[in-house]
Amino acid sequence: MSGAQVKTAALGKRPLPFLLALAGVIAALLLAQSSHAQTPAMPMPNKGDTAWMMMSTALVLLMSVPALGLFYGGLVRTKNMLSVLMQVFVVFSLITVLWCVYGYSVAFTQGNAFFGGFSRLFLNGTFNPADGSFALAGTFSKGTPLYELVFVAFQATFAAITCCLILGSIVERVKFSAVLIFVVIWFTFSYLPIAHMVWYFAGPDAYTDASKSDAVNATAGYLWRMGALDFAGGTVVHINAGVAGLIGAFLLGKRIGYGREALKPHSLTMTMIGASLVWFGWFGFNAGSALEANGSAALAFLNTYLATACAVLAWTSAEWILKGKPSMLGAASGAVAGLVAITPAAGNVGIPGAFAIGALAGLICLWGVTGLKRLIKADDSLDVFGVHALGGISGALLTGIFNAPSLGGPGSVQDWVTMTMGYPGIAAQLFIQAKAVGITIVWTAVVALIAYKIADLLVGLRVTEEEEREGLDISSHGESAYDY
Amino acid sequence: MKLITAVIRPFKLEAVREALTEAGVSGLTVTEVKGYGRQKGHTELYRGAEYVVDLLPKIKIETVVSDRQLETALEAIQQAARTDKVGDGKIFVCAIEQVLRIRTGEIGDDAL
Repeated sequence: MSGAQVKTAALGKRPLPFLLALAGVIAALLLAQSSHAQTPAMPMPNKGDTAWMMMSTALVLLMSVPALGLFYGGLVRTKNMLSVLMQVFVVFSLITVLWCVYGYSVAFTQGNAFFGGFSRLFLNGTFNPADGSFALAGTFSKGTPLYELVFVAFQATFAAITCCLILGSIVERVKFSAVLIFVVIWFTFSYLPIAHMVWYFAGPDAYTDASKSDAVNATAGYLWRMGALDFAGGTVVHINAGVAGLIGAFLLGKRIGYGREALKPHSLTMTMIGASLVWFGWFGFNAGSALEANGSAALAFLNTYLATACAVLAWTSAEWILKGKPSMLGAASGAVAGLVAITPAAGNVGIPGAFAIGALAGLICLWGVTGLKRLIKADDSLDVFGVHALGGISGALLTGIFNAPSLGGPGSVQDWVTMTMGYPGIAAQLFIQAKAVGITIVWTAVVALIAYKIADLLVGLRVTEEEEREGLDISSHGESAYDY
Repeated sequence: MKLITAVIRPFKLEAVREALTEAGVSGLTVTEVKGYGRQKGHTELYRGAEYVVDLLPKIKIETVVSDRQLETALEAIQQAARTDKVGDGKIFVCAIEQVLRIRTGEIGDDAL
Protein backbone atom coordinates (compact mmCIF):
# COMPACT_ATOMS: atom_id res chain seq x y z
CA MET A 1 0.00 0.00 0.00
CA SER A 2 2.77 2.42 0.90
CA GLY A 3 4.32 1.55 -2.47
CA ALA A 4 1.30 3.03 -4.30
CA GLN A 5 1.66 6.31 -2.40
CA VAL A 6 5.32 6.63 -3.35
CA LYS A 7 4.45 6.08 -6.99
CA THR A 8 1.76 8.78 -7.06
CA ALA A 9 3.94 11.31 -5.31
CA ALA A 10 6.83 10.78 -7.72
CA LEU A 11 4.66 11.22 -10.80
CA GLY A 12 2.75 14.22 -9.42
CA LYS A 13 5.85 16.42 -9.02
CA ARG A 14 7.01 15.92 -12.63
CA PRO A 15 10.68 15.79 -11.58
CA LEU A 16 13.84 15.33 -13.68
CA PRO A 17 13.75 12.53 -16.27
CA PHE A 18 16.28 10.59 -14.23
CA LEU A 19 14.01 10.58 -11.20
CA LEU A 20 11.02 9.85 -13.39
CA ALA A 21 12.76 6.82 -14.82
CA LEU A 22 13.77 5.69 -11.33
CA ALA A 23 10.23 6.10 -10.08
CA GLY A 24 8.96 4.15 -13.06
CA VAL A 25 11.27 1.27 -12.28
CA ILE A 26 10.19 1.28 -8.63
CA ALA A 27 6.56 1.42 -9.64
CA ALA A 28 7.01 -1.43 -12.06
CA LEU A 29 8.68 -3.48 -9.37
CA LEU A 30 5.97 -2.69 -6.86
CA LEU A 31 3.23 -3.50 -9.35
CA ALA A 32 4.91 -6.75 -10.20
CA GLN A 33 5.11 -7.57 -6.53
CA SER A 34 1.49 -6.74 -5.79
CA SER A 35 0.19 -8.71 -8.76
CA HIS A 36 2.29 -11.64 -7.56
CA ALA A 37 0.69 -11.37 -4.13
CA GLN A 38 -2.77 -11.58 -5.63
CA THR A 39 -2.22 -15.11 -6.96
CA PRO A 40 -2.97 -17.63 -4.16
CA ALA A 41 0.44 -18.34 -2.64
CA MET A 42 1.32 -21.52 -0.80
CA PRO A 43 0.64 -20.79 2.91
CA MET A 44 3.69 -21.24 5.11
CA PRO A 45 3.64 -22.90 8.54
CA ASN A 46 2.97 -20.53 11.39
CA LYS A 47 6.05 -20.08 13.60
CA GLY A 48 3.98 -20.37 16.78
CA ASP A 49 2.47 -23.67 15.62
CA THR A 50 5.88 -24.95 14.60
CA ALA A 51 7.44 -24.08 17.96
CA TRP A 52 4.54 -25.59 19.88
CA MET A 53 4.63 -28.83 17.92
CA MET A 54 8.38 -29.30 18.31
CA MET A 55 8.00 -28.65 22.04
CA SER A 56 5.11 -31.13 22.23
CA THR A 57 7.24 -33.75 20.51
CA ALA A 58 9.96 -33.31 23.10
CA LEU A 59 7.33 -33.56 25.85
CA VAL A 60 6.15 -36.94 24.54
CA LEU A 61 9.75 -38.11 24.52
CA LEU A 62 10.02 -37.03 28.17
CA MET A 63 6.88 -38.96 29.11
CA SER A 64 8.48 -42.12 27.66
CA VAL A 65 12.12 -41.85 28.66
CA PRO A 66 12.49 -41.26 31.52
CA ALA A 67 8.90 -40.95 32.81
CA LEU A 68 7.36 -44.26 31.74
CA GLY A 69 10.62 -46.03 32.58
CA LEU A 70 10.59 -44.65 36.13
CA PHE A 71 6.87 -45.30 36.57
CA TYR A 72 7.28 -48.93 35.53
CA GLY A 73 10.73 -49.33 37.09
CA GLY A 74 9.59 -48.34 40.56
CA LEU A 75 6.95 -51.07 40.43
CA VAL A 76 9.33 -53.99 39.89
CA ARG A 77 11.87 -55.51 42.30
CA THR A 78 15.35 -54.03 42.62
CA LYS A 79 16.88 -56.95 40.69
CA ASN A 80 14.86 -56.06 37.58
CA MET A 81 15.03 -52.26 37.66
CA LEU A 82 17.59 -51.81 34.90
CA SER A 83 15.94 -54.38 32.66
CA VAL A 84 12.77 -52.28 32.67
CA LEU A 85 14.68 -49.05 31.99
CA MET A 86 16.65 -50.76 29.23
CA GLN A 87 13.58 -52.26 27.56
CA VAL A 88 11.88 -48.86 27.50
CA PHE A 89 15.02 -47.04 26.31
CA VAL A 90 15.89 -49.45 23.52
CA VAL A 91 12.34 -50.09 22.30
CA PHE A 92 11.81 -46.33 22.12
CA SER A 93 14.97 -45.93 20.03
CA LEU A 94 14.24 -48.94 17.82
CA ILE A 95 10.72 -47.78 16.95
CA THR A 96 11.98 -44.25 16.27
CA VAL A 97 14.42 -45.63 13.69
CA LEU A 98 11.82 -47.91 12.11
CA TRP A 99 9.41 -44.98 11.99
CA CYS A 100 11.84 -42.97 9.90
CA VAL A 101 12.67 -45.96 7.69
CA TYR A 102 9.15 -47.10 6.78
CA GLY A 103 6.72 -46.56 9.66
CA TYR A 104 5.75 -42.99 8.87
CA SER A 105 5.19 -43.81 5.23
CA VAL A 106 3.01 -46.83 5.95
CA ALA A 107 0.94 -44.96 8.55
CA PHE A 108 0.58 -41.50 7.05
CA THR A 109 0.68 -41.62 3.27
CA GLN A 110 -2.16 -42.48 0.96
CA GLY A 111 -2.71 -46.16 0.32
CA ASN A 112 -5.73 -48.31 1.00
CA ALA A 113 -8.10 -48.15 3.97
CA PHE A 114 -5.71 -50.12 6.22
CA PHE A 115 -2.14 -49.40 5.12
CA GLY A 116 -0.50 -46.34 3.59
CA GLY A 117 2.07 -46.46 0.82
CA PHE A 118 5.84 -46.37 0.48
CA SER A 119 6.30 -42.88 -0.99
CA ARG A 120 7.98 -41.58 2.18
CA LEU A 121 10.44 -44.44 2.80
CA PHE A 122 13.45 -43.01 4.68
CA LEU A 123 11.38 -39.79 4.84
CA ASN A 124 12.06 -39.34 1.15
CA GLY A 125 10.71 -36.01 -0.10
CA THR A 126 10.24 -34.27 3.23
CA PHE A 127 13.24 -32.00 2.61
CA ASN A 128 14.64 -31.02 -0.77
CA PRO A 129 18.31 -30.06 -0.45
CA ALA A 130 18.40 -28.76 -4.05
CA ASP A 131 16.21 -25.74 -3.33
CA GLY A 132 16.14 -25.94 0.47
CA SER A 133 12.37 -26.44 0.51
CA PHE A 134 10.42 -28.43 3.08
CA ALA A 135 7.34 -30.55 2.42
CA LEU A 136 4.23 -29.46 4.30
CA ALA A 137 1.63 -31.58 6.07
CA GLY A 138 -1.99 -30.70 6.71
CA THR A 139 -3.46 -29.95 10.15
CA PHE A 140 -7.14 -29.61 11.02
CA SER A 141 -7.58 -26.06 9.67
CA LYS A 142 -7.54 -24.92 6.08
CA GLY A 143 -4.43 -23.10 4.91
CA THR A 144 -2.55 -23.93 8.11
CA PRO A 145 0.15 -26.41 7.18
CA LEU A 146 2.87 -27.82 9.39
CA TYR A 147 6.39 -28.76 8.33
CA GLU A 148 6.02 -32.43 7.54
CA LEU A 149 9.26 -33.16 9.40
CA VAL A 150 7.69 -31.85 12.60
CA PHE A 151 4.64 -34.05 12.06
CA VAL A 152 6.92 -37.04 11.41
CA ALA A 153 8.79 -36.46 14.66
CA PHE A 154 5.63 -35.85 16.70
CA GLN A 155 4.02 -39.06 15.45
CA ALA A 156 7.27 -41.00 15.89
CA THR A 157 7.10 -40.44 19.64
CA PHE A 158 3.54 -41.81 19.67
CA ALA A 159 4.53 -45.02 17.92
CA ALA A 160 7.53 -45.42 20.20
CA ILE A 161 5.73 -44.87 23.51
CA THR A 162 2.90 -47.21 22.47
CA CYS A 163 5.35 -50.07 22.01
CA CYS A 164 6.94 -49.24 25.38
CA LEU A 165 3.56 -49.35 27.16
CA ILE A 166 3.18 -53.05 26.31
CA LEU A 167 6.33 -53.91 28.27
CA GLY A 168 4.56 -53.42 31.61
CA SER A 169 2.65 -56.68 31.14
CA ILE A 170 5.69 -58.87 30.53
CA VAL A 171 8.47 -57.41 32.71
CA GLU A 172 10.58 -59.38 35.19
CA ARG A 173 10.63 -62.54 33.03
CA VAL A 174 10.70 -61.68 29.33
CA LYS A 175 13.83 -62.24 27.27
CA PHE A 176 15.32 -59.00 25.92
CA SER A 177 15.78 -60.37 22.40
CA ALA A 178 12.17 -61.59 22.40
CA VAL A 179 11.01 -58.07 23.29
CA LEU A 180 12.83 -56.63 20.29
CA ILE A 181 11.53 -59.24 17.83
CA PHE A 182 7.99 -58.88 19.15
CA VAL A 183 7.86 -55.08 18.94
CA VAL A 184 9.17 -54.96 15.38
CA ILE A 185 6.42 -57.31 14.18
CA TRP A 186 3.67 -55.78 16.31
CA PHE A 187 4.62 -52.21 15.37
CA THR A 188 4.56 -53.07 11.67
CA PHE A 189 1.32 -55.02 11.58
CA SER A 190 -0.71 -53.51 14.41
CA TYR A 191 0.46 -50.00 15.29
CA LEU A 192 0.94 -48.80 11.72
CA PRO A 193 -2.36 -50.02 10.24
CA ILE A 194 -4.40 -48.86 13.24
CA ALA A 195 -2.77 -45.43 13.14
CA HIS A 196 -3.52 -45.31 9.40
CA MET A 197 -7.11 -46.48 9.88
CA VAL A 198 -7.85 -43.95 12.63
CA TRP A 199 -5.82 -40.90 11.70
CA TYR A 200 -4.95 -40.81 8.01
CA PHE A 201 -6.93 -38.39 5.86
CA ALA A 202 -5.88 -36.12 3.02
CA GLY A 203 -6.11 -32.94 5.14
CA PRO A 204 -8.66 -30.12 5.12
CA ASP A 205 -7.14 -28.37 2.10
CA ALA A 206 -7.91 -31.40 -0.08
CA TYR A 207 -11.63 -30.71 0.31
CA THR A 208 -12.17 -27.94 -2.23
CA ASP A 209 -15.72 -28.54 -3.41
CA ALA A 210 -18.64 -30.63 -2.31
CA SER A 211 -18.80 -32.74 -5.45
CA LYS A 212 -15.34 -34.15 -4.76
CA SER A 213 -15.74 -34.74 -1.02
CA ASP A 214 -16.68 -38.39 -1.38
CA ALA A 215 -13.65 -39.05 -3.54
CA VAL A 216 -11.34 -37.40 -0.97
CA ASN A 217 -13.05 -39.27 1.88
CA ALA A 218 -12.40 -42.52 0.07
CA THR A 219 -8.64 -42.00 0.41
CA ALA A 220 -8.81 -41.79 4.24
CA GLY A 221 -8.27 -44.60 6.75
CA TYR A 222 -11.05 -47.08 7.47
CA LEU A 223 -12.05 -45.82 10.92
CA TRP A 224 -11.61 -42.16 9.99
CA ARG A 225 -14.13 -42.65 7.16
CA MET A 226 -16.50 -44.27 9.59
CA GLY A 227 -16.40 -41.11 11.72
CA ALA A 228 -14.58 -42.55 14.75
CA LEU A 229 -13.27 -39.85 17.10
CA ASP A 230 -9.84 -40.39 18.63
CA PHE A 231 -8.10 -37.14 19.46
CA ALA A 232 -4.73 -38.41 20.68
CA GLY A 233 -4.81 -42.19 20.68
CA GLY A 234 -7.38 -44.00 22.82
CA THR A 235 -7.63 -46.74 20.22
CA VAL A 236 -4.30 -46.30 18.41
CA VAL A 237 -2.18 -46.08 21.56
CA HIS A 238 -3.89 -47.36 24.69
CA ILE A 239 -6.31 -50.09 23.62
CA ASN A 240 -3.79 -51.22 21.04
CA ALA A 241 -0.99 -51.54 23.63
CA GLY A 242 -3.15 -52.71 26.55
CA VAL A 243 -4.61 -55.68 24.71
CA ALA A 244 -1.21 -56.64 23.24
CA GLY A 245 0.15 -56.55 26.79
CA LEU A 246 -2.53 -58.86 28.14
CA ILE A 247 -1.93 -61.39 25.35
CA GLY A 248 1.74 -61.30 26.32
CA ALA A 249 0.96 -61.87 29.99
CA PHE A 250 -1.09 -64.96 29.05
CA LEU A 251 1.56 -66.37 26.73
CA LEU A 252 4.54 -65.75 29.01
CA GLY A 253 2.84 -67.11 32.09
CA LYS A 254 3.15 -65.87 35.63
CA ARG A 255 6.36 -64.73 37.28
CA ILE A 256 7.96 -67.27 39.60
CA GLY A 257 6.41 -66.83 43.04
CA TYR A 258 3.33 -64.99 41.75
CA GLY A 259 0.57 -65.32 44.33
CA ARG A 260 2.94 -66.89 46.88
CA GLU A 261 5.83 -64.50 47.37
CA ALA A 262 5.64 -60.75 47.85
CA LEU A 263 6.42 -59.22 44.44
CA LYS A 264 6.42 -55.72 45.89
CA PRO A 265 7.23 -52.44 44.12
CA HIS A 266 10.78 -51.51 45.06
CA SER A 267 10.39 -47.73 44.91
CA LEU A 268 7.05 -45.99 44.85
CA THR A 269 9.03 -42.76 45.06
CA MET A 270 10.29 -43.38 41.53
CA THR A 271 6.84 -44.46 40.45
CA MET A 272 5.47 -41.16 41.75
CA ILE A 273 8.17 -39.17 39.93
CA GLY A 274 7.45 -41.16 36.78
CA ALA A 275 3.69 -40.66 37.00
CA SER A 276 4.14 -36.93 37.57
CA LEU A 277 6.45 -36.55 34.58
CA VAL A 278 3.99 -38.60 32.54
CA TRP A 279 1.28 -36.09 33.48
CA PHE A 280 3.59 -33.23 32.49
CA GLY A 281 4.56 -34.80 29.18
CA TRP A 282 0.96 -35.71 28.38
CA PHE A 283 0.24 -32.03 27.69
CA GLY A 284 2.39 -32.46 24.59
CA PHE A 285 0.70 -35.75 23.75
CA ASN A 286 -2.88 -34.47 24.00
CA ALA A 287 -2.74 -30.73 23.39
CA GLY A 288 -0.08 -31.31 20.73
CA SER A 289 -2.53 -33.58 18.92
CA ALA A 290 -4.43 -30.45 17.89
CA LEU A 291 -1.40 -29.97 15.57
CA GLU A 292 -1.73 -26.20 16.05
CA ALA A 293 -1.43 -23.79 18.95
CA ASN A 294 -5.11 -22.89 18.82
CA GLY A 295 -8.39 -23.18 20.73
CA SER A 296 -8.61 -26.92 20.19
CA ALA A 297 -5.17 -27.27 21.79
CA ALA A 298 -6.29 -25.07 24.68
CA LEU A 299 -9.34 -27.28 25.25
CA ALA A 300 -7.25 -30.44 25.09
CA PHE A 301 -4.72 -28.89 27.47
CA LEU A 302 -7.26 -28.00 30.14
CA ASN A 303 -9.11 -31.30 29.78
CA THR A 304 -5.86 -33.23 30.18
CA TYR A 305 -5.08 -31.28 33.32
CA LEU A 306 -8.56 -31.48 34.87
CA ALA A 307 -9.55 -35.06 34.04
CA THR A 308 -6.32 -36.33 35.57
CA ALA A 309 -6.93 -34.50 38.83
CA CYS A 310 -10.49 -35.88 38.91
CA ALA A 311 -9.20 -39.41 38.38
CA VAL A 312 -6.64 -39.05 41.19
CA LEU A 313 -9.39 -37.98 43.59
CA ALA A 314 -11.80 -40.67 42.41
CA TRP A 315 -9.27 -43.51 42.71
CA THR A 316 -7.98 -42.26 46.06
CA SER A 317 -11.46 -41.82 47.56
CA ALA A 318 -12.68 -45.19 46.37
CA GLU A 319 -9.55 -46.92 47.64
CA TRP A 320 -9.83 -45.15 50.99
CA ILE A 321 -13.47 -46.23 51.39
CA LEU A 322 -13.09 -49.78 50.07
CA LYS A 323 -9.61 -50.78 51.26
CA GLY A 324 -9.22 -48.58 54.31
CA LYS A 325 -6.21 -46.52 53.27
CA PRO A 326 -5.50 -44.04 50.47
CA SER A 327 -2.20 -45.12 48.87
CA MET A 328 0.45 -43.26 46.89
CA LEU A 329 0.44 -46.02 44.28
CA GLY A 330 -3.33 -45.55 44.02
CA ALA A 331 -2.98 -41.80 43.42
CA ALA A 332 -0.28 -42.34 40.80
CA SER A 333 -2.32 -45.07 39.10
CA GLY A 334 -5.38 -42.81 39.16
CA ALA A 335 -3.41 -40.10 37.39
CA VAL A 336 -2.38 -42.47 34.60
CA ALA A 337 -5.94 -43.84 34.31
CA GLY A 338 -7.31 -40.32 33.94
CA LEU A 339 -4.68 -39.42 31.36
CA VAL A 340 -5.41 -42.53 29.33
CA ALA A 341 -9.17 -41.99 29.35
CA ILE A 342 -9.00 -38.29 28.42
CA THR A 343 -6.64 -39.05 25.52
CA PRO A 344 -9.26 -39.85 22.85
CA ALA A 345 -11.50 -37.15 24.33
CA ALA A 346 -8.98 -34.33 24.86
CA GLY A 347 -10.10 -31.86 22.17
CA ASN A 348 -13.34 -33.73 21.46
CA VAL A 349 -15.20 -32.98 24.70
CA GLY A 350 -15.93 -29.90 26.77
CA ILE A 351 -15.26 -29.24 30.44
CA PRO A 352 -18.24 -31.36 31.65
CA GLY A 353 -16.75 -34.26 29.70
CA ALA A 354 -13.39 -33.82 31.42
CA PHE A 355 -14.96 -33.94 34.90
CA ALA A 356 -17.00 -37.04 34.05
CA ILE A 357 -14.37 -38.96 32.09
CA GLY A 358 -11.68 -38.33 34.71
CA ALA A 359 -13.85 -39.42 37.64
CA LEU A 360 -15.24 -42.48 35.87
CA ALA A 361 -11.80 -43.56 34.65
CA GLY A 362 -10.46 -43.49 38.21
CA LEU A 363 -13.21 -45.82 39.41
CA ILE A 364 -13.26 -48.12 36.37
CA CYS A 365 -9.50 -48.64 36.32
CA LEU A 366 -9.40 -49.27 40.09
CA TRP A 367 -11.79 -52.12 39.39
CA GLY A 368 -9.60 -53.09 36.42
CA VAL A 369 -6.56 -53.70 38.63
CA THR A 370 -8.51 -55.43 41.43
CA GLY A 371 -11.80 -57.18 40.56
CA LEU A 372 -11.23 -57.60 36.84
CA LYS A 373 -7.62 -58.70 37.38
CA ARG A 374 -8.78 -61.51 39.65
CA LEU A 375 -11.25 -62.64 36.99
CA ILE A 376 -8.66 -62.63 34.21
CA LYS A 377 -6.09 -64.60 36.24
CA ALA A 378 -3.12 -63.46 34.17
CA ASP A 379 0.04 -61.94 35.63
CA ASP A 380 -0.34 -58.62 33.81
CA SER A 381 2.51 -57.47 36.01
CA LEU A 382 2.09 -53.68 35.93
CA ASP A 383 -1.60 -53.65 34.96
CA VAL A 384 -1.25 -52.45 31.39
CA PHE A 385 -4.60 -54.00 30.52
CA GLY A 386 -6.39 -52.80 33.66
CA VAL A 387 -5.22 -49.21 33.21
CA HIS A 388 -4.45 -48.65 29.53
CA ALA A 389 -6.86 -50.96 27.71
CA LEU A 390 -9.72 -50.42 30.14
CA GLY A 391 -9.03 -46.68 30.45
CA GLY A 392 -8.72 -46.44 26.66
CA ILE A 393 -12.00 -48.29 26.07
CA SER A 394 -13.82 -46.15 28.65
CA GLY A 395 -12.36 -42.97 27.20
CA ALA A 396 -13.16 -43.93 23.60
CA LEU A 397 -16.79 -44.72 24.41
CA LEU A 398 -17.28 -41.69 26.68
CA THR A 399 -15.80 -39.48 23.95
CA GLY A 400 -18.73 -40.52 21.76
CA ILE A 401 -21.14 -39.35 24.45
CA PHE A 402 -19.49 -36.16 25.71
CA ASN A 403 -18.68 -34.96 22.19
CA ALA A 404 -22.37 -33.99 22.08
CA PRO A 405 -22.89 -30.20 22.01
CA SER A 406 -25.79 -30.73 24.44
CA LEU A 407 -23.23 -32.11 26.95
CA GLY A 408 -20.76 -29.28 26.37
CA GLY A 409 -18.79 -30.98 23.59
CA PRO A 410 -17.63 -29.34 20.36
CA GLY A 411 -19.06 -31.96 17.99
CA SER A 412 -16.93 -32.84 15.01
CA VAL A 413 -16.36 -31.58 11.47
CA GLN A 414 -19.15 -32.98 9.30
CA ASP A 415 -18.27 -31.13 6.10
CA TRP A 416 -14.61 -30.44 5.41
CA VAL A 417 -15.42 -28.15 2.46
CA THR A 418 -17.27 -25.62 4.60
CA MET A 419 -15.69 -26.78 7.90
CA THR A 420 -19.17 -27.21 9.36
CA MET A 421 -19.33 -28.77 12.81
CA GLY A 422 -22.10 -31.17 13.79
CA TYR A 423 -22.95 -34.27 15.80
CA PRO A 424 -24.79 -37.35 14.59
CA GLY A 425 -26.51 -38.06 17.93
CA ILE A 426 -25.36 -39.89 21.07
CA ALA A 427 -26.50 -43.37 20.00
CA ALA A 428 -25.02 -43.03 16.51
CA GLN A 429 -21.64 -41.68 17.68
CA LEU A 430 -21.42 -44.19 20.53
CA PHE A 431 -22.04 -47.01 18.06
CA ILE A 432 -19.26 -45.73 15.80
CA GLN A 433 -16.90 -45.51 18.80
CA ALA A 434 -17.82 -49.04 19.89
CA LYS A 435 -17.07 -50.39 16.41
CA ALA A 436 -13.67 -48.65 16.42
CA VAL A 437 -12.91 -50.11 19.86
CA GLY A 438 -13.98 -53.60 18.77
CA ILE A 439 -11.96 -53.55 15.57
CA THR A 440 -8.87 -52.32 17.44
CA ILE A 441 -9.16 -55.02 20.13
CA VAL A 442 -9.50 -57.86 17.63
CA TRP A 443 -6.81 -56.53 15.29
CA THR A 444 -4.15 -56.01 17.97
CA ALA A 445 -4.98 -59.28 19.75
CA VAL A 446 -4.48 -61.33 16.59
CA VAL A 447 -1.30 -59.52 15.55
CA ALA A 448 0.12 -59.71 19.09
CA LEU A 449 -0.58 -63.43 19.31
CA ILE A 450 1.25 -64.10 16.04
CA ALA A 451 4.12 -61.75 16.93
CA TYR A 452 4.71 -63.43 20.31
CA LYS A 453 4.57 -66.87 18.67
CA ILE A 454 7.20 -65.85 16.13
CA ALA A 455 9.45 -64.44 18.85
CA ASP A 456 8.92 -67.64 20.85
CA LEU A 457 9.91 -69.80 17.88
CA LEU A 458 12.99 -67.72 17.14
CA VAL A 459 14.49 -67.11 20.58
CA GLY A 460 11.96 -68.17 23.25
CA LEU A 461 9.88 -65.66 25.21
CA ARG A 462 11.11 -66.28 28.75
CA VAL A 463 14.46 -66.29 30.45
CA THR A 464 15.41 -69.47 32.34
CA GLU A 465 14.15 -70.01 35.87
CA GLU A 466 17.66 -69.48 37.23
CA GLU A 467 18.02 -66.18 35.36
CA GLU A 468 14.63 -65.03 36.55
CA ARG A 469 15.53 -65.76 40.18
CA GLU A 470 18.83 -63.96 39.85
CA GLY A 471 17.10 -60.98 38.27
CA LEU A 472 17.24 -59.71 34.72
CA ASP A 473 19.63 -56.87 35.55
CA ILE A 474 22.51 -59.25 36.16
CA SER A 475 21.43 -62.14 33.94
CA SER A 476 20.34 -60.15 30.86
CA HIS A 477 22.34 -56.95 31.11
CA GLY A 478 25.35 -57.72 33.32
CA GLU A 479 24.87 -54.82 35.74
CA SER A 480 22.91 -53.95 38.84
CA ALA A 481 20.81 -50.89 39.60
CA TYR A 482 21.89 -50.31 43.17
CA ASP A 483 25.17 -50.74 45.01
CA TYR A 484 24.21 -51.28 48.63
CA MET B 1 31.60 -59.40 82.27
CA LYS B 2 28.28 -59.68 80.51
CA LEU B 3 27.12 -59.18 76.91
CA ILE B 4 23.81 -57.36 76.75
CA THR B 5 21.88 -57.82 73.48
CA ALA B 6 18.72 -55.76 73.27
CA VAL B 7 16.20 -55.74 70.41
CA ILE B 8 14.25 -52.50 70.56
CA ARG B 9 11.91 -50.29 68.57
CA PRO B 10 13.94 -48.29 66.02
CA PHE B 11 12.71 -44.90 67.22
CA LYS B 12 13.85 -45.71 70.78
CA LEU B 13 17.52 -45.96 69.84
CA GLU B 14 18.41 -42.40 70.79
CA ALA B 15 16.70 -42.64 74.19
CA VAL B 16 18.40 -45.94 74.98
CA ARG B 17 21.80 -44.62 73.94
CA GLU B 18 21.44 -41.59 76.21
CA ALA B 19 20.28 -43.71 79.13
CA LEU B 20 23.22 -46.08 78.73
CA THR B 21 25.67 -43.18 78.59
CA GLU B 22 24.23 -41.82 81.85
CA ALA B 23 24.58 -45.32 83.36
CA GLY B 24 28.30 -45.20 82.55
CA VAL B 25 28.30 -47.59 79.60
CA SER B 26 30.97 -46.34 77.23
CA GLY B 27 30.43 -48.27 74.01
CA LEU B 28 27.67 -49.67 71.86
CA THR B 29 27.21 -51.61 68.61
CA VAL B 30 23.99 -51.05 66.65
CA THR B 31 22.53 -53.23 63.88
CA GLU B 32 19.35 -52.78 61.85
CA VAL B 33 17.50 -56.08 61.95
CA LYS B 34 14.14 -57.60 61.06
CA GLY B 35 12.24 -60.12 63.08
CA TYR B 36 9.02 -61.12 64.72
CA GLY B 37 7.71 -61.99 68.17
CA ARG B 38 4.34 -61.49 69.75
CA GLN B 39 3.77 -58.28 67.83
CA LYS B 40 1.93 -59.17 64.65
CA GLY B 41 3.10 -57.80 61.28
CA HIS B 42 0.99 -55.67 58.97
CA THR B 43 -0.53 -56.00 55.51
CA GLU B 44 0.53 -53.94 52.52
CA LEU B 45 -1.73 -53.38 49.55
CA TYR B 46 -0.37 -52.65 46.07
CA ARG B 47 -3.35 -52.17 43.74
CA GLY B 48 -4.96 -55.64 43.74
CA ALA B 49 -2.07 -57.45 45.47
CA GLU B 50 -2.11 -57.79 49.25
CA TYR B 51 1.03 -58.91 51.07
CA VAL B 52 1.43 -59.76 54.76
CA VAL B 53 4.66 -58.35 56.12
CA ASP B 54 5.48 -60.29 59.28
CA LEU B 55 9.16 -59.45 59.65
CA LEU B 56 9.23 -56.03 61.25
CA PRO B 57 12.18 -53.66 61.35
CA LYS B 58 13.91 -53.45 64.75
CA ILE B 59 17.21 -52.20 66.12
CA LYS B 60 19.62 -54.59 67.82
CA ILE B 61 22.09 -53.06 70.25
CA GLU B 62 25.00 -54.95 71.76
CA THR B 63 27.21 -53.85 74.60
CA VAL B 64 29.53 -55.55 77.07
CA VAL B 65 29.51 -54.34 80.69
CA SER B 66 31.25 -55.31 83.91
CA ASP B 67 29.28 -57.48 86.34
CA ARG B 68 28.72 -54.59 88.75
CA GLN B 69 27.33 -52.36 85.95
CA LEU B 70 24.85 -54.98 84.74
CA GLU B 71 21.79 -54.12 86.87
CA THR B 72 22.05 -50.36 86.19
CA ALA B 73 22.48 -50.96 82.46
CA LEU B 74 19.52 -53.34 82.21
CA GLU B 75 17.37 -50.90 84.16
CA ALA B 76 18.44 -48.04 81.88
CA ILE B 77 17.61 -49.93 78.68
CA GLN B 78 14.28 -51.18 79.96
CA GLN B 79 13.10 -47.76 81.13
CA ALA B 80 14.22 -45.98 77.99
CA ALA B 81 12.89 -48.52 75.47
CA ARG B 82 9.53 -49.04 77.05
CA THR B 83 6.16 -47.94 75.57
CA ASP B 84 4.01 -50.54 77.40
CA LYS B 85 2.75 -51.88 74.07
CA VAL B 86 3.42 -55.24 72.42
CA GLY B 87 6.56 -54.95 70.32
CA ASP B 88 8.85 -53.15 72.77
CA GLY B 89 11.48 -55.87 72.32
CA LYS B 90 13.65 -58.08 74.52
CA ILE B 91 16.97 -58.00 76.33
CA PHE B 92 19.32 -60.99 76.45
CA VAL B 93 22.28 -61.33 78.77
CA CYS B 94 25.13 -63.79 78.51
CA ALA B 95 28.52 -64.23 80.09
CA ILE B 96 31.67 -63.04 78.35
CA GLU B 97 34.95 -64.87 78.99
CA GLN B 98 37.41 -62.29 77.87
CA VAL B 99 37.70 -58.82 76.32
CA LEU B 100 40.84 -57.40 74.72
CA ARG B 101 41.41 -53.84 73.52
CA ILE B 102 43.25 -54.13 70.23
CA ARG B 103 45.22 -50.86 70.47
CA THR B 104 46.73 -51.35 73.95
CA GLY B 105 46.37 -55.02 74.67
CA GLU B 106 44.46 -54.34 77.91
CA ILE B 107 42.19 -57.19 78.96
CA GLY B 108 39.12 -57.72 81.20
CA ASP B 109 37.25 -54.79 82.78
CA ASP B 110 40.08 -52.44 81.81
CA ALA B 111 39.33 -53.04 78.18
CA LEU B 112 35.66 -52.04 78.44
